[in-house]
Amino acid sequence: MTESTTDSRSLTRVAIDPLTRVEGHGKVTLLLDENQVVQQARLHIVEFRGFERFIQGRPYWELPMVVQRLCGICPVSHHLAAGKAIDMLVGAEQLPPTAEKTRRLLHFAQVLQSHALHFFHLSSPDLLFGFSSKASERNIVGLLEKHPETALKGVKLRKFGQQLIETITGKRVHGSLVVPGGINKALKPAEINVYAKQMDEIIQWSTEALELAQGLYQADRKHADFGAIGSPTLSLCGNNGNFELYHGDLRVKDIDGTILLDHISNRDYLAHIEEEVKSWSYMKFPFLKRLGKDRGWYRVGPLARVLNCQQMDTPLAERARLELVNQCYPDQHQSVLLYHWARMIELLHCAESIQQVLKDSELTGGELVAPHGDRNPECYGIIEAPRGTLIHHYKVNDQDLVEEANLIVSTTSNNQAMNEAIRSVCRQYIDGHGVSEGLLNHIEVAVRAFDPCLSCATHALGKMPLSVEILSVAGHETQVLERTSQGEIQQRFYPC
Amino acid sequence: MSQVLTIDGKDLAFDSGDTLFDVAQAQGIYIPHLCHHPDYPPQGNCKLCTVDVDGQSKCACTTQAETGMSVQTDSTTLTEYRRALTELLFSEGNHHCPGCERSGNCQLQATAYAQGMTYSSFKLLNPQRQIDASHPSVLLDRDRCILCGLCVRASAQEGKHIFTIAGRGSDSTLAVNSDSGLLADTNLSAEDRATQVCPVGALMVKQQGFRIPIGQRIYDQGTIDDLGNRRPQYHSPKSKTARIAGDSDD
Ligand code: SF4
Ligand code: FES
Repeated sequence: MTESTTDSRSLTRVAIDPLTRVEGHGKVTLLLDENQVVQQARLHIVEFRGFERFIQGRPYWELPMVVQRLCGICPVSHHLAAGKAIDMLVGAEQLPPTAEKTRRLLHFAQVLQSHALHFFHLSSPDLLFGFSSKASERNIVGLLEKHPETALKGVKLRKFGQQLIETITGKRVHGSLVVPGGINKALKPAEINVYAKQMDEIIQWSTEALELAQGLYQADRKHADFGAIGSPTLSLCGNNGNFELYHGDLRVKDIDGTILLDHISNRDYLAHIEEEVKSWSYMKFPFLKRLGKDRGWYRVGPLARVLNCQQMDTPLAERARLELVNQCYPDQHQSVLLYHWARMIELLHCAESIQQVLKDSELTGGELVAPHGDRNPECYGIIEAPRGTLIHHYKVNDQDLVEEANLIVSTTSNNQAMNEAIRSVCRQYIDGHGVSEGLLNHIEVAVRAFDPCLSCATHALGKMPLSVEILSVAGHETQVLERTSQGEIQQRFYPC
Repeated sequence: MSQVLTIDGKDLAFDSGDTLFDVAQAQGIYIPHLCHHPDYPPQGNCKLCTVDVDGQSKCACTTQAETGMSVQTDSTTLTEYRRALTELLFSEGNHHCPGCERSGNCQLQATAYAQGMTYSSFKLLNPQRQIDASHPSVLLDRDRCILCGLCVRASAQEGKHIFTIAGRGSDSTLAVNSDSGLLADTNLSAEDRATQVCPVGALMVKQQGFRIPIGQRIYDQGTIDDLGNRRPQYHSPKSKTARIAGDSDD
């Protein structure tokens, strides 16, 4: 059930606002009925649509460098998605093996470092210390103190990914690799060696990270209900239905795991996905046309990818995938916390894949750029970013300038899913109890499970600046609960 | 070689007709500059080559050397002047280095680094001048043009006379001499010196993008003070070997 209410007159609205405007910020409003049951949850996110206008009128070859500034956490995904769109523009989608393998390697490194950051720095403290533990403990510093070995491996995994990115692109963040139809440089054998030597250890640490994520999830039966929602799942898959992060066609599985749509090529995405605008949110709500606005919202990201594919082509990750899938189906609702488990399966897959690619003799020494062919003025680049499917779509005029751009980032795709997860969490934790500090933490845990491109989601847990307002039916404030970015709480009550 | 002046305390002989810039360059003394290239007559547009001549500020590229002159090419005050001039150039255009393909190969950016510029203390004007993408292989992004006039001189020397600086004061822009005012209607080619001489990312051979990897760009190798004013050589857009860092003007 989505936003179920049609009659809001007898309902109370609760707003959870950030107090300060951080780079990107979220605001949650909850609508409660007379019995304090949550009827609606709305997550408002400021989205940087400005970028689509910013690149209008710019030459297309600038795109991979300009759009990667969209995000400080996963710039590589934007760099590659724009690069893929431009390959299509210049009629050079079939890259030489060295170019394709280098790009894939970069992408694996990016997903690995992003997942390590997300799990170890942002989420594992919640799971290890419990959602209601002291905010001062629930961060990477607390983790380093209490579980030094685990934390250190997390930090090192991330560093490995970042270093590999730096070697490939020349910079740790916002480097350059893609050019139309290829890449600007290949790795040298000596550079490949440096990383190849580390792979057994990286795979070992990734395996331990997966065991930790899976163990933490399974340690508490309540986790299975936390923010449990059901929806179709969307992701790229390879031709054979295999797990894919870099290139493939879109597949959608329905709530029960049956395949709803398959082999949707990038140029057909608009035939299947529509974006709805709602007056109360800056961010659009994409939905699957076939299911309509109400039932067509879907999830993207690690859980969606792991559930959607038929198999993963690395042995350790594949074994782990089967265990997760057995846990998920036939149940039609999945806890948001399963995202962490799925995320660590992907981390392991990336580590195994990096080892494979580094051993591949075609990684270096071949052609870097494919010959350009027929031009496609309307071009698409779809990639699986760490947070989920990322769609870049451009129209380029015959003078080489971008005329139109449409980007659907993974956070946008997960928009409704995040609302639903918040509603599910609130239903569990709010009924009859008003709004408490604990609720803020639980909402954060739910939002963070999606790993949205929200800079406020990267605040340490318990430090996300929020304020909660409960409005009476007549629109008066009855309660305000505020938390500053220092984690200080203030509460005020107003008699009706 | 009978005439002598001093530059930075050194007695140097020169020929009549030499500018201060010529004398310094012959001795390997680097004077920051953006609008000057030894192949073309000096114009004194950017003022970056300002030096101290017997207590007075003068452009090294346009000032004739004279016997007995005492020239100072470097001082805290001169660096401050040059930094302010560089900041002004940044504030007058749209120089978004992170998204610019010329980054790392750009003389304006390299000069800013060399002057220790980290931000512009002048208001950014964020101009929106017309971009000319009409030519199949050359792009003119006027928002990045610093009006150095090098393309104007180079094109004149090539006998094509394609560019001119039009307008006055803050309304000055780089204009194209064709009926439509567009590059498509000129006989400019990607290989022309006029196209290649631009010290910034204003006149660019199309479809090059970021083919020079980070780490291999000109000013990844050293500062402009050490390496001089260099520019990459561009090949036509279709060519496979994109471009190699090459041409140096000093
Ligand atoms: S286009 Fe380049 S070379 Fe021509 S005036 Fe502008 S900055 Fe100078
Ligand atoms: S180099 Fe002398 S004024 Fe520009």
